[in-house]
Amino acid sequence: MYVAVKGGEAAIEAAHAWLAEARRGDPGIASLTVAQIREQLTLAVNRVMAEGSLYDPDLAALAIRQARGDMIEAVFLIRAYRTTLPRFGASLPADTGAMRVVRRISATFKDAPGGQVLGPTFDYTHRLLDFALAAEGADPAPAPRAAADLRPVPRIAAFLGSEGLIEPQPVADDPPGDLTREPLAFPADRALRLQALARADEGFTLGMAYSTQRGYGRTHAFVGELRIGTVEVEMEVPELGFAVCIGEVELTECETVNQFTGSKSEPPQFTRGYGLSFGQNERKAISMSLVDRALRWRELGEENTGAPAQDEEFVLAHGDNVQATGFLEHIKLPHYVDFQAELELIRRLRAEALAGARAESAE
Amino acid sequence: MRDVGAEAAEVEGRRGWMGLLARARPDRLAALVTSEMQAELEAATWLRRPEVGAVMVRGRIGGTGTPFNLGEMTVTRCALRLASGAVGIAQVQGRDRGHAARAALVDALLQGPGAAAVRAAVLAPLAADEAARRADTAAKAAATRVEFFTLVRGED
Repeated sequence: MYVAVKGGEAAIEAAHAWLAEARRGDPGIASLTVAQIREQLTLAVNRVMAEGSLYDPDLAALAIRQARGDMIEAVFLIRAYRTTLPRFGASLPADTGAMRVVRRISATFKDAPGGQVLGPTFDYTHRLLDFALAAEGADPAPAPRAAADLRPVPRIAAFLGSEGLIEPQPVADDPPGDLTREPLAFPADRALRLQALARADEGFTLGMAYSTQRGYGRTHAFVGELRIGTVEVEMEVPELGFAVCIGEVELTECETVNQFTGSKSEPPQFTRGYGLSFGQNERKAISMSLVDRALRWRELGEENTGAPAQDEEFVLAHGDNVQATGFLEHIKLPHYVDFQAELELIRRLRAEALAGARAESAE
Repeated sequence: MRDVGAEAAEVEGRRGWMGLLARARPDRLAALVTSEMQAELEAATWLRRPEVGAVMVRGRIGGTGTPFNLGEMTVTRCALRLASGAVGIAQVQGRDRGHAARAALVDALLQGPGAAAVRAAVLAPLAADEAARRADTAAKAAATRVEFFTLVRGED
């Protein structure tokens, strides 16, 4: 039960003033700019865009600054801002096949056409703290350049598909459901599940994906292909009567190839899990594709082992960190009247129990 | 009757420059718009003043399958009519109203008699910037492409 409580205005104002001071930190140290966050804490910016479900690097950087680096608070700020924007429409589905890749790897084919392109990755670093970064130093030497092939990189799944070794990818062009417009209902179709996973908390999605690897709804995933790069976004403009490019976004796409032994209706073939995220965000995209695949057990005629990652309602209803933190953190707000009722109940029960015990010992 | 091929080419041309203007760095576009062009913007009539909103970005399941909603992006749109009567439209990524206004201005100017000059002054440098940016990124990616060596196993 919530009760309107008057008072505390001065305390709240002072708390917010202190918050502003604490956010600034030591004034003897240069203030952080939004542009610095956008350019140098790019992966934090990407995560806030993905989970905030709004692609705008400047806004995400501002949110990170305002939230003092609290990522869920920053996501919350972006979600709140988003609700103030009119919706102009929906884009045409982004063509990730035409992606200008900065990174593209396959764990299934060493000699994948298009090659293994590492891009700006933490992989193969030694994870040793680099104290050179702690010193105010010169900028790094420019990264090497090599002769480039500007053609789009072919999809790994297409190679398996040409031999019929992987399930076909059905295409229905009905407008997909949108959980920001209609509350999520269960069972949700795959398009809605992917929308929910795309904005779900990275840590939660990672935990769910990891659980499938450890045996809770095992799906034997290989990263068939992981690609990161920029994709043009096109939208139909009614005044024009045709679609135009309205901008460019960076995306991370992961497609897993999973073992599947076949069912009554399907021959043995590989199946797919899919992940797509705003920005360079590969842990999230891989996690998303594993969870997507685990949630497909019913459609593929697999056994429901009761694993959490197979439980659509469990996964989708608990993955949104803004919803979760809203409910979790509300319990710290005043519940004085609620608690008064509990207190009185406990006192009465105790009094009754003690009175009963005294009566018994007197007999 | 209009030639269907010519009309399609016109649409393609406009699609091309509208995309280029939308992807342009706002400050770069502002620097390329001359004071004469800017004067036309001051004299233009707004059909729709610059407005910030969101567009839902869609992807496809498995990259090629049924569409799904990935998340939104910020977009600024506007429409204007120049004194000449030409109508310019812009839908550009981000929240920069000046970017949208200049993109609509250039879109309108490219439909008028001075198109060739605007093309040279604005589109050509933007296209060159974008091509250079993309080529440089591709060159960095190419340098991180793995060249495998097969180790001699000594079976022979």
